[in-house]
Amino acid sequence: MKSMYHVSASPHIRSSVTTATIMRDVAIALIPASLLGVYQFGFNAFLVLVTSIVTCVLAEYLYKKLMKKPGLPYESSAIVTGLLLGMNLPSTVPLWIPIIGGVFAIIIVKELYGGLGQNFMNPALAARCFLLISFAGRMTAFGVSSFNEAQSSVTKNLYTFLNGAGSLDGISSATPLAQIKTMEAAASVADVVSLKDMFLGFTGGVIGETSILALLIGAAYLVFRKVISLRIPLIYIGSFVVFLLLFGGHGFDLYYIAAEVCGGGLILGAFFMATDYVTSPITKTGQVIFGVLLGLLTVLFRVFGNNAEGVSFAIIFCNLLVPLLDKYTVPVAFGKGGRKNGK
Amino acid sequence: MSGTGTFQGGIHPNDGKSLSKDKPTKILLPKGELVYPMVQHIGAPAKPIVAVGDKVFVGQKIAEAGGFISVCVNSSVSGTVKKIEPRLTVSGAMVDSIVIENDNEYTTIEGFGEARDYTKLSKQEIRDIVKEAGIAGMGGAGFPTYVKLTPKDDDAIDYVIVNGAECEPYLTSDYRMMIEEPEKIVTGLNVILSLFKNAKGIIAIEDNKPDCIEKISEMVKGEGRIEVKTLKTKYPQGAERQLIYAATGRKINSAMLPSDAGCIVNNIDTVISIYMSVCETTKLIRRIVTVTGDAIKEPQNFSVRIGTSYGELAEAAGGFVNEPQKIISGGPMMGMAMFSLDIPVTRISSALLAYSIDPVTLKPTTPCIRCGRCMEACPSHLVPQMMLPFAERFDDESFEKIDGMECYECGSCTYVCPAGQPLTQAFKQTRRSILDKKRRK
Repeated sequence: MKSMYHVSASPHIRSSVTTATIMRDVAIALIPASLLGVYQFGFNAFLVLVTSIVTCVLAEYLYKKLMKKPGLPYESSAIVTGLLLGMNLPSTVPLWIPIIGGVFAIIIVKELYGGLGQNFMNPALAARCFLLISFAGRMTAFGVSSFNEAQSSVTKNLYTFLNGAGSLDGISSATPLAQIKTMEAAASVADVVSLKDMFLGFTGGVIGETSILALLIGAAYLVFRKVISLRIPLIYIGSFVVFLLLFGGHGFDLYYIAAEVCGGGLILGAFFMATDYVTSPITKTGQVIFGVLLGLLTVLFRVFGNNAEGVSFAIIFCNLLVPLLDKYTVPVAFGKGGRKNGK
Repeated sequence: MSGTGTFQGGIHPNDGKSLSKDKPTKILLPKGELVYPMVQHIGAPAKPIVAVGDKVFVGQKIAEAGGFISVCVNSSVSGTVKKIEPRLTVSGAMVDSIVIENDNEYTTIEGFGEARDYTKLSKQEIRDIVKEAGIAGMGGAGFPTYVKLTPKDDDAIDYVIVNGAECEPYLTSDYRMMIEEPEKIVTGLNVILSLFKNAKGIIAIEDNKPDCIEKISEMVKGEGRIEVKTLKTKYPQGAERQLIYAATGRKINSAMLPSDAGCIVNNIDTVISIYMSVCETTKLIRRIVTVTGDAIKEPQNFSVRIGTSYGELAEAAGGFVNEPQKIISGGPMMGMAMFSLDIPVTRISSALLAYSIDPVTLKPTTPCIRCGRCMEACPSHLVPQMMLPFAERFDDESFEKIDGMECYECGSCTYVCPAGQPLTQAFKQTRRSILDKKRRK
């Protein structure tokens, strides 16, 4: 008898979108902001990004090998985690910071809980918060535009590795939000920060958060490729603005609100991290509540907390609520509870 | 409802219709033996009423309905009953079948093919004709048509919908019929409307077939009770629940029949079969089948005698370009894969689709990343991502609690899943087992 044809249950066709293409799209979308970060903060920023990515990929590879789990990092999700982690670090950190962060993100946050799809927090953000708590000083020394002149000797590199570029150059600057937070009561926000600089990205901050323009280009790409929907980002930012008007203490000061929206990684967080599939609600109602809570928490952390930034903590806190949100927001099935007509 | 009808959810797969859409329907006469499975509809199996050695004619009843929800079987050729034995069917199961040796004479029973004026028939006569013609829903489900046409209350039917959506990729048989025999569709619909005095007729067509919409709209201009409804092209627009919603705004769920919402839905080829049995005194002996796919040499549409083997269909379409890896009875979304071509065409066989490479093998299965695409695609507004773990660990209770039984296995979730998870497949199994358990209680 002739060989038999394949038999499987329908459907027999699949869309061309795979986990790998989604991760590739996210990585592509992060490139503009990363490039700008490197341009702005110099070679150290590049080193931080690369170290972070390599650490994440290696950590995943070695863990899977060690645990005899099938498959290589085929989905390239580790690259995205690594890139996001790097973008959430100041360019001035010593290189062991992204290494610790990468291992923490991949092993502790992701793999120990079952790997891809099972982590309950965004790995990159969880790692960032872990680093922020552990190494507060190093994690808040932000470099400002500096192409370090040909510091290429081995000793110097070693020094950079151990202590970070910040301590070498002694250049560091506060982020715009910190400036707003610490400014004198009489001053106006416009005197302290320049919106134009914030939009283009010429301010202090972590590598990937500063240029709103570059981030929005990346976000537009993700929307165009239908990788993310705008539901969470827009509700997040909208709720953030509303609560800022209520609690911000600056009244209806548009310049202040714009500065707060553009600063502190809100755009990076809203479009790239709050939309992380694994750690955001799957239902529409859940996503709406998620977005509103993110806005509220970010405002509370920023206005009443010690830090000028609050996006990371808001997101990882809301990540924890996701299973609950999903459980109680299952949509009503089509035609359910429908009235029988014609009887 | 005015404007273009649609629904929330659904997908846009590559439709592949261009392969066969412009090929006029060819009549294909069978060469070999014909096989008539006793199950080619939903309901009780039919019971053979002929014996081995009997002479039969075209249109002769060879098996009677096995219950109220069942359909009789008529011979599509003249010849001799060769065997009555279990034969392989599309579902992969061996089903008792009547095998007839074709004498190539095509001698019909008396009165077969005579013109008849349906307006002179009573409602009961029309229903009996449809019943005796052996018609079951030819869109794929195979629900006995005379049962559909016999609701509890004729006057409560507000809409009779003809399903011309043909949303399933690759299929072009309904399209060909709308182009080639639109008058039969309109008259067939009028026959059905004569049963339901309060009903309006709707011929619903997806907007990727503008020529059909134009042609039929022109044709029904003088018909006060019939209108053409344009639907947005999207899979599964032709699914009964989505079709009724898009055409009338009414919603039904798994516990309801269309007639509970005052609707009756029939597929294009079913309506034509109703027309032919009532107005031309025929029986259901043929159906339109699209033979297509990248492995088929000359994709086209055939009018096939029911009982013909799929192998003959492939041969008539020029054979295979190369040995296909997968052959499917029906479309790629809801059709059934067959491991052999030695299977007969039944009432519900809308297509023979042959793929050189099984598309399923091209996508690896990776862990779910909770992207939510399955939920966006689900026309029943379910959350397949949450249903899958319940299905996998046989947690029927939780599965039902999140409305898993509302799934009708359209396959949209599996299609969109970037992780290649077998969602629909798991739901199929779970739904079957839950239904079985309920039946046993």
